[in-house]
Formats: sequence, C-alpha cells, structure tokens
Amino acid sequence: MTLRDVVITGVGAVTPLGVGARTLHERWTSGACGIRDGEAPCADFDPTDHMTVKQARRADRSTQLAIAAGDEALAEAGWADELPYDPEWIGCVLGTGIGGIGTLEDNHDLLRDTGAESVSPLAIPLMMSNAGSAALSLRHGLRGPVFSVVSACAAGSHAIGTALRMIQHGEAEAMVTGAAEAPLTPLSRAAFGSMGAISPTGMSRPFDNRRDGFVMGEGAGVLVLEAGDAARARGANILGTVRGYGASGDAHHITAPHAEGRGGARAMQIALNDAGIEALGVDYVNAHGTSTQLNDRAETMALKSVLGDRAQKVPISSTKSAIGHLLGAAGAVEAVATILALRDRIAPPTIGYEEPEEGMDLNYVPGTARALKMSNGRPPVALSNSFGFGGHNASLCLEAA
Amino acid sequence: MATTGTQPQDVETAVIEALASFGADPEVLTRDATLEEVDVDSLDLVELTQVVEERYEISLESADFKKIKTVGDVVDLVVARVSG
Repeated sequence: MTLRDVVITGVGAVTPLGVGARTLHERWTSGACGIRDGEAPCADFDPTDHMTVKQARRADRSTQLAIAAGDEALAEAGWADELPYDPEWIGCVLGTGIGGIGTLEDNHDLLRDTGAESVSPLAIPLMMSNAGSAALSLRHGLRGPVFSVVSACAAGSHAIGTALRMIQHGEAEAMVTGAAEAPLTPLSRAAFGSMGAISPTGMSRPFDNRRDGFVMGEGAGVLVLEAGDAARARGANILGTVRGYGASGDAHHITAPHAEGRGGARAMQIALNDAGIEALGVDYVNAHGTSTQLNDRAETMALKSVLGDRAQKVPISSTKSAIGHLLGAAGAVEAVATILALRDRIAPPTIGYEEPEEGMDLNYVPGTARALKMSNGRPPVALSNSFGFGGHNASLCLEAA
Repeated sequence: MATTGTQPQDVETAVIEALASFGADPEVLTRDATLEEVDVDSLDLVELTQVVEERYEISLESADFKKIKTVGDVVDLVVARVSG
C-alpha cells in the first residue's frame, strides 16, 4: 500500500520569544533568549488579544496558548474563513504534559480554604488534559478524530506523529496538531525542583559541560497537516513535508534515560526508515537537548549510534537554549522552529554553549546560526527529537518544501 | 460588584454584573434577552449560583433553573429567594 504524503501548510507558535512562529524563528536564529530569572514565560501573551473574555474564562492558560497558536496556523494555511475539506475529515490531535495544572491548583486552594461548594464548575473542563484539542475542535468546527495525547515531554512529537499516521492511513484528510503547556505554577515549580530537574543557576545551556538542569517555560505550537495530493489540488502554500516518525519506549527508568540513549536512538532510526532516508541525508538535528546532565549525554550517544560518521558533521542545536523547556509543548514548538529553519536553509544556534564535555564532541552550533550548505539542490531534511519522563521517545523527520 | 443591598433592584444589578463578568456582553444583558441570545449556558448558571449563594446566603438547585428562559427569569428567581 502506498501511503499518502503529508505536508505542512501552516504553523503557529506562542513562545517565550514572543507571539508568532516567525517571531520564534527569527529571534532564535538571531541569538535572542527568552529566559528571565530562571524561567521562560510568554510575557508578551495577552489572551484577550486572541479571544473573547468568555472564551478566555473557559480555557486554562495552556489552552489559551493553543488557541492563539492554532489561529495563526490556520490563517497561514488559508483556513481562517472556510475549511477546505469536509469538517468530518479534519481532526485535531494535541499533546500536553500536565494539562491544566494551574486550574487544578487554583481549585484545590478553593477547596481547602472555602470548601467544596466554592470549586468552579469550570474546573474539570479547564484542567482536563484533552482541553486543548477540544477547544480547537470547537473553535474551528473540526469534526474528524479529536483527542489529546499525553507522554510528558515527548507529547508534542507524539501528537504530530499520530496526526501524520491518521492522514497516511485515510482516517482524515487534514489534521490540526501540536501541543501546549502552561506549567509556571507553584506546585509544578516545587515538584520539578524537588526532583532536581530544574537548573539552580537558571541557565539553559544544552550540551555544555556546565549544564545543571532545565529551565521551565510555557508556550504552544500548532501545525496544519494535509494530505499532499489534496493540498496541491487546492493550491495550498506548502512549507514542508513530514517525512517520517518513530516512537519507542525505554523500559529502563521512570525519569532517567538509558545511558546510551538506546530508546531515543531507536525512535530516530525508525523515523529515518519511515522516511526512507539514510544518515547521510540528514542536514540538521533539532535536539531534545534539555540542559540536564543525563539527557544531553544520552542523546549525544544516541545520535552517534544512529548517524555514525555523519554525527560529527551535522549541525545539532537545541531550541531550549532560547526558550527553555516547554515540557509537553516542546516537540510541537520545536517542529515549528525546525521547518522554518529548513525553509531558510539555516541551523539556529545552541545559545550559551561554550564548554565541551569529554565524549560530547558533536557540532552543537555554538553561539551563532550557520547556513545549511546544500550541494545538490535537494530540500534539506532534519530530525526533531523529543524524550519524556516515563521513557517515552519520539522523533520526527521533516523536510523543507 | 458595586452594590451590597438586598432590594430587588440591587439583586438585579448584582445578577447582571455577575453574568457580565462571565463574559456576556453587558449591552445585550436586558431582562427580555434569552439566555441563548446572551450566550449564558448551564456552566454560567452554576457559577452564578455560587456567587449569589455566598452573597445572599440562599440556596439554589439546578432544578430551580429548569424553566428559566430569559435574563429576567434568572433575576426574578434570585430576587424571590432573597426576599423569601
């Protein structure tokens, strides 16, 4: 069976670098960093710029971010006024790590302080982890398959991979996909802090010898995926192609990755096999690169095992050096950043990378962006990695148009 | 909310202000407007219940809202409970 190709026709993002996918791409590429005082909030984001008071009240902050990113992606795809396909054949799969945790905390405060009768009737619809996909379905009238996926910090990539498969296998003509996260809350800070995952110095410097944990951030990334033949038939502007997707489980430890990155390597290899692309055909890697001791070393080992000699040459950078770790939203925002980087034939930098660690000797694109040199005129290809607590691994293979 | 009294006019003002704070357009929040017209749904009515129960120390059940159609019906229901 020949599977349909799946193209990207719109992207949207709200990140600590600002509102908009181009803002993320241009500011990261120019070396800007959205981290302030050890966190990466979307300080420029005002929900009422994007939705009514009622819509904003009916959405946790994570969903508000998804709505804004979704509006941008659908507008770019040319879907703002009218859906190009039967709505029953357009679905939505979004990812999240911890859903509406801010809503949960606020309502727990009410329960403790003033009793059960004070808990909001909106608490459940706001906090449920599927609130994001539900909101985009309602907002845009998407009546195909609609659900959310949850796999900690791999959720965004799993969502996009799932959406890819649904189009390939004929369950949908097009999918709105991506992820959102709003984890800058007291409990979330305390909990990630308690497990020693957060950088005590407040620095996100992936792959650097001095790295000491991640910097938590919030945001959302949304992509419009369409069956390639249908998108071309309607004359859509095509940004790129989702060439492949691979997923695996570590079955090793609840939080630590396998030291050699065994599961991550399998996800990358499956994605490349799925795309029909050899290691030599990889022009850029958007690494998971969290700035934790364990991830960055294991990911480096995994890249060496999958890419062989190519690993020494291919530019590898981490968006988290510019916006921190957006947890479940990371994979979606990074897929958006990756496709725009490929389009511009550029590898954005790993900001703050200065000190190599022994055995971690790859091209991490320190400091400033580099041009992707394409010798034979073919469009550039990238891998975008996401690994989550629980040993969940997902890798996407993306190609520019 | 601006008013604290329990006279019918005060209660009406409080109910309208509460519905507006949930996102309903204050311009169209008239007594004759149906809940559908002002985009007030069952979740809004539960929130309103919480507000007026705390404010007036009354008790409302979801069954009380069964025959409610307009903003005026909501106001009258709350006024009746407050003065009863």
